[in-house]
Amino acid sequence: MRVVLAEDLYLLRDGLVRLLQAHGFEIVAAVESGPELLRALLDERPEVAVVDVRLPPTFTDEGLQAALTARRAIPGLPVLVLSQHVEQLYARELLADGTGGVGYLLKDRVFNSGQFVDAVRRVASGGTAMDPDVIAKLLASNARHEPLGKLTPREREVLELMAEGRSNAAIAQRLYLSESAVSKHTANIFAKLDLAVSDDDNRRVLAVLTYLNGTRG
Amino acid sequence: MVLKTMVGFGRGLALVTLAVTNLVMLAVSAVVLVLCFGLGMIFLFPATVRMVRGRARQARQIAGAWSGVEIDAPYSPAPPPPQPQRDGWYREGRQLYRTSLVPSFNRTWNWMTKDPATWRDFAWLLAEPPVGGLLAASPLIMVGCGVALVRVWQPVEVLAGVVLAIAGVLVAPRIARVHGLWTRLLLAPTKKARLANEVRHLTQVHTEAVDSQAAELRRIERDLHDGAQARLVAIGMTLGAAEELVDSDPTAAKALIAKVREASAASLIELRQLVRGIHPPVLAERGLGDAVRALALDSPLKVTVSVELPVRPEAPVESAAYFVITELLANASRHGDARNVAVDISHRRSALRVTVTDDGHGGADPSRGSGLRGIERRLSAFDGVLALNSPPGGPTVATVELPRAFPADAVRRSTLPVWKQRLLAVCWGLFWLPLFPQGLAAMFSKIFGSDVRSWFLALYLPEPFQWPVILGMIALGVAMVSFAVMTTKQMKEREGSCV
Repeated sequence: MRVVLAEDLYLLRDGLVRLLQAHGFEIVAAVESGPELLRALLDERPEVAVVDVRLPPTFTDEGLQAALTARRAIPGLPVLVLSQHVEQLYARELLADGTGGVGYLLKDRVFNSGQFVDAVRRVASGGTAMDPDVIAKLLASNARHEPLGKLTPREREVLELMAEGRSNAAIAQRLYLSESAVSKHTANIFAKLDLAVSDDDNRRVLAVLTYLNGTRG
Repeated sequence: MVLKTMVGFGRGLALVTLAVTNLVMLAVSAVVLVLCFGLGMIFLFPATVRMVRGRARQARQIAGAWSGVEIDAPYSPAPPPPQPQRDGWYREGRQLYRTSLVPSFNRTWNWMTKDPATWRDFAWLLAEPPVGGLLAASPLIMVGCGVALVRVWQPVEVLAGVVLAIAGVLVAPRIARVHGLWTRLLLAPTKKARLANEVRHLTQVHTEAVDSQAAELRRIERDLHDGAQARLVAIGMTLGAAEELVDSDPTAAKALIAKVREASAASLIELRQLVRGIHPPVLAERGLGDAVRALALDSPLKVTVSVELPVRPEAPVESAAYFVITELLANASRHGDARNVAVDISHRRSALRVTVTDDGHGGADPSRGSGLRGIERRLSAFDGVLALNSPPGGPTVATVELPRAFPADAVRRSTLPVWKQRLLAVCWGLFWLPLFPQGLAAMFSKIFGSDVRSWFLALYLPEPFQWPVILGMIALGVAMVSFAVMTTKQMKEREGSCV
């Protein structure tokens, strides 16, 4: 799988290259600044891009901007954004076009290489990978919202994992449930939140995230 | 008109009455001063000064209320009460006192006698009856004299009397203002006093800023020392142990390495929180507007944010504004029991203005809330002010204004367009050319019929065109110089009002 990587710290960039190569990814470009990243994304058209938010030359949100620009040029270009901190604001911007194929994770998640690689693959296949911290913040700021209060604790757990972008199978494995139990919970959640059920995992996640984002003005 | 005149006469009369009370105070003060400095009965002095200051304060208030002449109090701030030493005695210079009575009197005495405002007050007390009193009475006197003159019933006197009476009536509504200006002459702070006050204020602000900065650094140092640093030491030690075990007991080594990973994740979380407290990443990456939007998203309240800023404010101001908004939002949810909050960020010239409105139950009081005190302290370093309007029952509106929030050149650029700047430079640089050689010099040359034509353009032209060209040149020069002067003045004023 062809990957473009953008990270300005040499050690971290090198580590990510090794990690991804070890899992059978092909690194077509490993760049260290915003303009280079944008050029690489548009020229190489990778199957997935792994991008640090803060990049030279301005050390602001250079990487995020480059990723958003590239996604406007190539709709659905899969991008996994890494950052030292996660913000609902940035998650919203990434999700705004509603096409999926986005990920937004804390850099710490790289520690668990299995899960990280899983997230990269998920994003590459058009799914989403949202950091648990983002989801927690999203749910916390929705705390006063009525329908969410009606969920049982178990349903809430399922909702959290689903919002992170995991498939039913992955959720079942995580919570030690059978897949059918998970799909029953999902059906309940969708009924309580008054959302249309969809068989497609990716579309389902987007519906949930849009719902959570949309409940606040 | 009639009403205004009547009010004018009334105020004049009141001012005259007050001026007469000055005579009483003057007599008392004279006696006290004689007793003080003649017989050493200095304990009478502070009470007298307080009495005179009270009267002066009243005069300032009247000037402000009746004539719009605002007069600030010129006095230096009162000295702090003496603090006892650890043994309970009070030290004043090289002497020790058992009670605070004498040292506190000494401080008051010094404070009053060394403040020039005290002596200016006495001078005013002396001058007010003859000058201020006469000023205030002048419309009445004019009308009175006018009437008296008319009653003489001679043509000239009648005319003079009518004129005098009318003048008195016309002057009456303005007399309060004239009196206010006179009051300002002696009761307003002198330039020196103003500067001294400014210096005192700046020193205080500086001290507070340095103190809070030092405290902040100490907090960061402590957090790093107890947190990340300690964790890194633990990580190093655990890794060492794992290295030892890796051959003999691989499973134990693996468990240790897993622990190391956990510890490093925990220290990352800690560092992230620390960084957020020092300078929030979104603020660094996106500026104030988006940082506040991010804050709004994370808040449990329903927060609407509207931002209207031409450029990013200076970094320190931006950071102060961000933390102030954080604190205000926290207050709204913690104390005000609010559900909806509106944050409005805008600018007025070079000042940054933030308004936070919530629908909580109100009743916030800056003198009680330590959070609000903290906000004021943070703002004071930037000469910022917090205005809080929080009636019981709500809503609470907090307005924060930070002057000089934008880079000076950004504001200047926005106040004066480029073409105007260029024109200004041309005018300043070349106005002399049409004005002096081509205008005035050519004119003199023509008037005195000199043969020297030098390089004066007009003198080379045919006779009928010479005068129009000369006058045109002078007019052009004058226009250029007056445009340059006016624009520069305007620019300075604008900058002055920004700074």
